[in-house]
Amino acid sequence: MRDASLSRALLYAVAFLLAFLYLIPLAVVLLNSLRTAEEIVQTSMIGWPRVWAFQNYTAAWADFCIAQTCSGIRPYMLNSALVTLPATLLSTLLGAVAGYAISLWRFKGDTWIFALVTLGVFLPEQMRLIPWTIVLRDVGLTNTLAGLVMIHTVQGLSFTTLFCRNYYIAIPADLMKAAKIDGAGFFRIFYRIVLPLSPPILIVTVIWQFTGIWNEFLYGVTFTTGTQQPVTAALIALSASVADVPQHGVQSAAVVIAALPTLLVYLFGGRYFVRGLTAGAVK
Amino acid sequence: MSHAAPSPARPLFAGLKRLPEFLVIWVPLLLSAGHVVVFTAWTTWISFTPSTLVPVDGWVGWRNYTNVLATRNWKIAFDNLLIFGAGFVILTALVGLLLAIIIDQRIRGENVLRSIFLYPMAVSFVVTGTVWSWLLNPGMGIQKLVNDWGWTSFRFDWLIDRDMAIWTIVIAGIWQSSGFAMALFLAGLRSVEADLIKAAQIDGAGPVRIYTRVILPTLWPIVIAVMVILLQFAIKTFDLVRALTGGGPGLATQLPALVVYDFMFQRGHLGRGSAAAVLMLLTLLGVLLPYGAWKYYQRRRDARA
Repeated sequence: MRDASLSRALLYAVAFLLAFLYLIPLAVVLLNSLRTAEEIVQTSMIGWPRVWAFQNYTAAWADFCIAQTCSGIRPYMLNSALVTLPATLLSTLLGAVAGYAISLWRFKGDTWIFALVTLGVFLPEQMRLIPWTIVLRDVGLTNTLAGLVMIHTVQGLSFTTLFCRNYYIAIPADLMKAAKIDGAGFFRIFYRIVLPLSPPILIVTVIWQFTGIWNEFLYGVTFTTGTQQPVTAALIALSASVADVPQHGVQSAAVVIAALPTLLVYLFGGRYFVRGLTAGAVK
Repeated sequence: MSHAAPSPARPLFAGLKRLPEFLVIWVPLLLSAGHVVVFTAWTTWISFTPSTLVPVDGWVGWRNYTNVLATRNWKIAFDNLLIFGAGFVILTALVGLLLAIIIDQRIRGENVLRSIFLYPMAVSFVVTGTVWSWLLNPGMGIQKLVNDWGWTSFRFDWLIDRDMAIWTIVIAGIWQSSGFAMALFLAGLRSVEADLIKAAQIDGAGPVRIYTRVILPTLWPIVIAVMVILLQFAIKTFDLVRALTGGGPGLATQLPALVVYDFMFQRGHLGRGSAAAVLMLLTLLGVLLPYGAWKYYQRRRDARA
């Protein structure tokens, strides 16, 4: 019995040590966001604030200079929101309908189409950079948020269609058959039968898309410049501009602000986030 | 598998009345499937043209490929990918397995611990890279802290060490992705049949033996799936390196995804950039095709059994 309680204690020790290690980066960036630049330079990035520099947040939000623009991180946060929200909603909605069509209305060539859609999950972004550049130019959306919305919607369809299709395929065929005998059509069955069953998968899809698009960097940095950039690209531009005069307090505050939306989503929807991860991966 | 069609494949668009549903089905599907096919073909085509700043027609055969493969940049990037890929995939899977086994011991605070191990997955690689670049910077991170404590000879300067810099990417990558591996392993551990474990316990097997002999052998399909997904991450890694090291010092943390970007948008050589992108895709297929074939074979065998 002594052995068992000893190994139990060891287990807890290892678990809490690991938890501590995983929390260090978060703790460091939170603490630094409240320390002055001078204090960080004098000591190190890791330490307890001597004076609480709350002004870091106002500076990071509203008047710190990124590249040539001195308006803080606010416009870039707005850009990210204006790209992420419409692209998330559009790709989820279209993906739900497409997943529904492909799983419950078998039609000629559906397996081929589905295979191609799934391939979109794996195709590296690098294979799409030049085509997207040309498409954006031809439709007149170069360096616009609308352009990014379009890109993320089309690409997001791969994930959302896959998620929804894998979920809807479990809807019993008899239910569909009965609805069809009653004379219900494509849209009616979707509204009356499929949509009411959908909240779990739609939450997973929305969380997955929101996190993915908010955190995306390569397209943001390639297709937009200056004040049109999303916040991930702005963070990189910010670290380039503080390289000369270290401003790690303000920079940390900017990092916290930029990470906050997805962290909040994770905090409140963590269960669904995990379900999305496992659903997307194990299939 | 998928169920049979309720009514045998009747055409979807019988008349104008069904136009809205026709549009709603085919527009997203064709956009989604079509852009994969068209963009892949397009980039592949550009990789055979003499395109520099703008795409142009023409045919240069394999010249862009031989050029890219001969550059020091690509060779180093590919060697780095081998080190990073192996280190990141194996260590992330091991750490993830450890975390999953710990959580699986019915410990208190399981939910809190699981959330802590998984939260890095919710932040962007840009944030991860930025924060780790501070922690690993010898002038202001962990080394500085330990030096200030009085251990002045302590060195942890992998970030500026050409031989070790690639391992800083591995560290940040493990921190970000091991919770993901944990979540998948945990799902696998929890689905091991209780009867199997009970039978082993009756036979007098201890907890370690139960893990190594009973549970882990049933877990290996998930282990392979996790490793394939992680390897896929590794091949596509771009943001993390941009934020953590920018590819440096020198070319020490250059990876193929950065080389593609460099050719396309910094050196203005779209042909070579496309060739490098196609090489990336081929590397990816080198991982995914064998895995897909294995899954297919397994499914067929299961169906027959």
